[in-house]
Amino acid sequence: MSLVPSIPPTTEQALFLGMAGLAAAASLGVVAIKSPIRAALCLVLNFFVLAFIYFSLGAQLLGITQIIVYAGAIMVLFLFVIMLLNLSAESETRKKFDFKIPLAALVGLGVFGIVGSQVLLPLQAINQPLSANDWGKPQALGYSLFTVYAWPIEAVSILLLVGIVGSIVLAKRKV
Amino acid sequence: MNGVPLVWYLGLGLFMFTCGAVGVVIRRNPVTVFMCIELMLNAVNLTFLAFARYMPTPLPGVAAQPQNWVSGQAVVVFVMAVAAAEVAVGLGIIMAIYRLRNEVDVDDMSMLRG
Repeated sequence: MSLVPSIPPTTEQALFLGMAGLAAAASLGVVAIKSPIRAALCLVLNFFVLAFIYFSLGAQLLGITQIIVYAGAIMVLFLFVIMLLNLSAESETRKKFDFKIPLAALVGLGVFGIVGSQVLLPLQAINQPLSANDWGKPQALGYSLFTVYAWPIEAVSILLLVGIVGSIVLAKRKV
Repeated sequence: MNGVPLVWYLGLGLFMFTCGAVGVVIRRNPVTVFMCIELMLNAVNLTFLAFARYMPTPLPGVAAQPQNWVSGQAVVVFVMAVAAAEVAVGLGIIMAIYRLRNEVDVDDMSMLRG
């Protein structure tokens, strides 16, 4: 019952279906488009739509973080490297049939079918969000991050520091 | 959002994860492989947020009021930080390999094979 939208879909359902269709099409584009720069732009679109899906879940802080960190910083890094390396579409020299593609598609369909039938079907009775409506506010998340999750936050900050130092070391001319 | 069942979010996350996993296997360009890994991380983020929204659970030892139940969001914050660090280091490695060999193709990178 809940796997298919009601006819006609409610406003929220129509909104979600539009955003989800866009995100799914963009993620297909990342996999299927040969040119790396177009795949990267598809990924930007996917991240941006995903941010709005986060908003629809009420997670305001994480939606904004998604736009800033993923669609902003990380994708700029990707595009920068693509242009620096001057990557073109994957070389067509090896035109012989790549057996990995149908195999991977088959495995993907299998994963989708198995997880979908075993995990998604038992959960389809859950229709109502149970958390508080203001659960995504910066106050609640920030308070938790600096009390309950103080040690994980410290570990993540050390990880980011290591990442900064590591990328500088790797990017040096003579390693 | 009222009226949208949990499985729709999970289905979108599952689709994105499958796309990413297939892309990691079939693409030969390491930058694109990285983008597929990002796709999988985002799918997992979406799944975390959907579960946290529809099936919230309190942490042991945390105040009982529901606005403090933000474990799902906290995990998403950590995943984002790890993804940022991973991309910075990974793209640095790709740049180093490109400088060494002047071409990047994951099928040809077999120097680490024993």
